[in-house]
Amino acid sequence: MAKSDFKIDIRTSPYIRKAPTVAQIMRNVVYALLPLAAYSVYQFGISALALLLATTLSCMATEHFFCWMSGKKSTILDASAAVSGLLLAMTLPPGFPLWMAAIAGFTAIAMGKTLFGGLGFNVFNPALVGRAFVQAAFPVSITTWTPELAVNRFVEFIPSTLALPFMKPAATAEWTAQVAVDGFSGATPLALMKFQGIMTDAYDLFIGNVAGSAGETSSLLILVCGAYLVYKNMLDWRIPAAVIFGTVISAELFYFLDPSKYPSPAFMVFSGGLMFAAVFMASDMVASPVTPLGIFVFGFLVGALTVIIRLFGGLTEAVMYAILFGNAATPIIETYTQPRIYGARKKAKEKS
Amino acid sequence: MNLVNLFGKKTFPHGIHPDEYKTETNAKPTRRLPFAPEIIVHLAQNIGKPAKAIVFKGQSVTRGEIIAEADGFMSVPIHAPVTGIIKEIDIAPNAKGGKEPAIIITTSLDSGQQVPEPDSYNDYQQMSREELIKAVQNIGMVGLGGAAFPTHVKMSVPADRTIHTVLINGCECEPFLTTDHRVMLENIDNLLLGIRIAMKCVAAPKAIIGIEDNKLNVLAAIKPHLPSDGSITIEAVETKYPQGAEKMLAYSLLGIEIPSGGLPSEVGLAVFNVATLAEIGALIPKGQGLIERVITITGDDLEKPGNYLTPIGTPLRYLLDYAGFKGTEAELILGGPMMGMPARSLDVPITKGTGAVLVLDKRATKNDDILPCIKCTQCLQVCPINLNPSELGLLAAKRQYDVMEEKYHLNDCFECGCCSYVCPSNIPLVQYFRIAKVLNRERHLQNG
Ligand code: SF4
Ligand code: SF4
Repeated sequence: MAKSDFKIDIRTSPYIRKAPTVAQIMRNVVYALLPLAAYSVYQFGISALALLLATTLSCMATEHFFCWMSGKKSTILDASAAVSGLLLAMTLPPGFPLWMAAIAGFTAIAMGKTLFGGLGFNVFNPALVGRAFVQAAFPVSITTWTPELAVNRFVEFIPSTLALPFMKPAATAEWTAQVAVDGFSGATPLALMKFQGIMTDAYDLFIGNVAGSAGETSSLLILVCGAYLVYKNMLDWRIPAAVIFGTVISAELFYFLDPSKYPSPAFMVFSGGLMFAAVFMASDMVASPVTPLGIFVFGFLVGALTVIIRLFGGLTEAVMYAILFGNAATPIIETYTQPRIYGARKKAKEKS
Repeated sequence: MNLVNLFGKKTFPHGIHPDEYKTETNAKPTRRLPFAPEIIVHLAQNIGKPAKAIVFKGQSVTRGEIIAEADGFMSVPIHAPVTGIIKEIDIAPNAKGGKEPAIIITTSLDSGQQVPEPDSYNDYQQMSREELIKAVQNIGMVGLGGAAFPTHVKMSVPADRTIHTVLINGCECEPFLTTDHRVMLENIDNLLLGIRIAMKCVAAPKAIIGIEDNKLNVLAAIKPHLPSDGSITIEAVETKYPQGAEKMLAYSLLGIEIPSGGLPSEVGLAVFNVATLAEIGALIPKGQGLIERVITITGDDLEKPGNYLTPIGTPLRYLLDYAGFKGTEAELILGGPMMGMPARSLDVPITKGTGAVLVLDKRATKNDDILPCIKCTQCLQVCPINLNPSELGLLAAKRQYDVMEEKYHLNDCFECGCCSYVCPSNIPLVQYFRIAKVLNRERHLQNG
């Protein structure tokens, strides 16, 4: 008996764990985004592909660079930068100049994430920070939409894609006129609604047969990919649900007041990247509340704000700003929505 | 009031479903472990005050004789687990990693090891409530579920409180453990007698045995023995960790919440572990002391995992040898994998509160890097107390221990480990909370 060379390992309880690692979660988000990426390439051709690569590589390179600068182990393997890059690309117009996309990617990670201390400390969704930055810097390019399913989309770049850095991108109007199948107006369904009062059929919106940002046009595909993550327990379904709920309720309110003036809730939900934002953007774990009630409040707030900004603000991409606002409000929401604990005393104990 | 229970199984909200690992030992009948050549009996066997040794070096003691007496109300006596000679009264390693006073006995291996038969048998029905509670103290009884809280103290319900139900906890929700399972199958008569004694002690008209629905054979075995008047019933609850926590069990069975910081008696409940009551049923009639208990020995690299009736004070070294441990490096855990204590030495002995010895080899001990909290909300979704472990963890990192206590209910955390279990960032949340509690306690002491 008595093995004296026996080595005892010591830890504290619990000794067993069962959790996916952060890297596994992030990788699964990447997998869930790939079909969306593929669909956008199918719709918009090699320009979309180049755009996806540009933002993703730019995000990952930035992440790696800052880790290297601060002498830390590189965190690109946790794939969170790749997630930000993919998300970012999908919110940009397919013909967005690549050099601007690279700047967006850099900003997303540098200002949206590293500045706050890296993964887990970011207050805002990094991809949205990147997007907001380029929205302000390049207001024209970010609102230049090109038609989906252009004939030679797999062999020819959208002219603006390859714009040289700091050069004004080539105008796409002429090109658009050439390739568009039937009278493409250069406007997304939201812009059509807002500025020309034209409603796009909700079914077309749902399937994705419309112009729009690279990855946010097909609500159906977005829901399927989101469902995969929910099934893997890597996406909190409560956030998208609350965002959609908030959107529907507020849209319904206006629609009820004046159906001829305001769009239907279905239109609101399926247009302008709302579905994409609800499923993949608002649900960014780090920048959304953790408390059950807080999650609902956050989602509802984002949904309601989106409707209000869309109807009364000057911007069509309202949901992005709504989410950034929700992110900013997260700490306050959390403070006021702490869960009721088991066995909580009826009267809060007064501290004497 | 108990919404969860409207839909199917009786259960509580949140919690986790870890792999059970129980099949290795749950069908193995309890076997007696031989006497180790040397037995180490710590004087601090229970929560509260340690016992006072009343033997001296060189004295010979008979198995079952009192070797240390209770030091006040919050203390219980200790009986000799073996017949032998007192080798020393000295400090010896304990499970907490320190050393504590202990009585070390050299076993007389040729002595037969009989506990002397009592002159007369006690009939609990002839005894008053006070006499019974005193008798429970005299046999050295503590909670065998792991807490080692003196049972007679629990039974001494304040006069202004009425107990309507005794809950008997047979959940055994920790993975790997099968002690209670075996006790419930093998000691039904003792268990029922123990339940009646407990009911008398707390003056409760009703008792419910709660088991997890992974032990339905227990339900089938006990049902025919229950009294026809329905005063004692047995009910299955969902197999889910930490179902065996008294707060969870009270909610699952009755939809009652035990108030924050309060005792079960505040809401008319008294909760006992099955093994405790089975021992009370076995020992009270004979007036004999608690000198051994059933322990599950299981885990990796063991030739003979099983349930062993083990003398208190048996050193781990002997236990592992007997169970045929072959490894060279492992974690030794006293108790279950969720809440057990790590043993730091093979000389650590079994105490009254040790329900299991779990061996996890180094595969299981691999540690990943700790990453920042990504606010994934998993921990909030499993915490049975509905705390916010994510925020608590962030505050702990910032050393804001006072805020943790005052705003985020740190003291309601009972360290079940669910939050650490699910955290993808591998944050040792429970450990943070333990440290925070200790530091808070010290701060309160300093501030008077
Ligand atoms: S250890 Fe504490 S905080 Fe963590 S799940 Fe258990 S009770 Fe909740
Ligand atoms: S499980 Fe871990 S990473 Fe997730 S919210 Fe809780 S502490 Fe943060």
